[in-house]
Amino acid sequence: MHELQVTERILDIVLKHAAGHEVSKIVRIHLRVGELSDLEDEWLQRYFDYLSRDTLAENAELAIEKVPIVVRCESCACSFEIQKDQFREAVCPDCGESGFRLVSGREYFIKNIEVI
Amino acid sequence: MDEVRLIEVKQDIHADNEKAAEELRRWLAEEKTFLINLMSSPGAGKTSTILSTIERLKGSLRFGVLEADIDSMVDAEKVAAKGISAVQLRTGGFCHLDAAMVARGLEGLDLDALDVVIIENVGNLVCPAEFDTGAIRNVMILSVPEGDDKPLKYPLMFTVCDVLLVNKIDYLELSDFDIEAMRQRVAKLNPGIRIFEISAKTGEGVEDWASWLGREAKDFIKD
Repeated sequence: MHELQVTERILDIVLKHAAGHEVSKIVRIHLRVGELSDLEDEWLQRYFDYLSRDTLAENAELAIEKVPIVVRCESCACSFEIQKDQFREAVCPDCGESGFRLVSGREYFIKNIEVI
Repeated sequence: MDEVRLIEVKQDIHADNEKAAEELRRWLAEEKTFLINLMSSPGAGKTSTILSTIERLKGSLRFGVLEADIDSMVDAEKVAAKGISAVQLRTGGFCHLDAAMVARGLEGLDLDALDVVIIENVGNLVCPAEFDTGAIRNVMILSVPEGDDKPLKYPLMFTVCDVLLVNKIDYLELSDFDIEAMRQRVAKLNPGIRIFEISAKTGEGVEDWASWLGREAKDFIKD
């Protein structure tokens, strides 16, 4: 729902990084986005195409790598991956308890950009 | 053909907001202002919960309210009508508040005359969960008519909150809301969360929640 604001941040950050590197065009932007995020890839790209017109990043592709949701068991401290729709029945594979802390799955991270 | 080069960025998109939120928390500690971020779906009872909570604590703590709304003044007017300092932030289509918006909103309140400020975030269980507002505590409301499956649909919101208020508990008998199932679902996401069952309308349970809030706030603002 806040794709527009996130997209603006992405554009700001990549343009800042491109400046000073003699970049004529940004071709691809590699992102890591947590599975818990509700951002829609398709909308991110659509907003990005709109916002990036007439900038170095015009027509750049957003390459989005999803980061799995990983939780740590409160009882035995082991970490394991969980699917977003599996919270209902999830129990720790080691000890069978069901209290967890989130380790990853919330990230919004720009890894790098491909430029020419 | 020009060769494609790789430039490392390694930057968190939310890093600026998280930094702003940390700065705001440091400032609140100096100002001795306890800031609460209250989140829920539209219609879960944020405004009435705020009013009923302040009613119980107004003898011992001074309250202000920061209202976020897409484009109306309805809630701020309701709060101000009770003689409580309120600032309305029109988010103009934004689906959430971030730390910079909250910091700007706080400028509109006389913090020297206040002990606790409650942010009434935009009614939405998705976006507000992703943006740290700089608040000292995150509190959410789940109202009984919304159903006991909300923790399954909006896991992040239940993960980031310190307190869950289950509001409209007076509707429980009329509904098929399974409170035990809801508690188990929430415990899986966030074992440390405190849950209070309340009815902002009848006042049931509000005392327990208000006492907890009063203790936390006094602890925070004491010298």
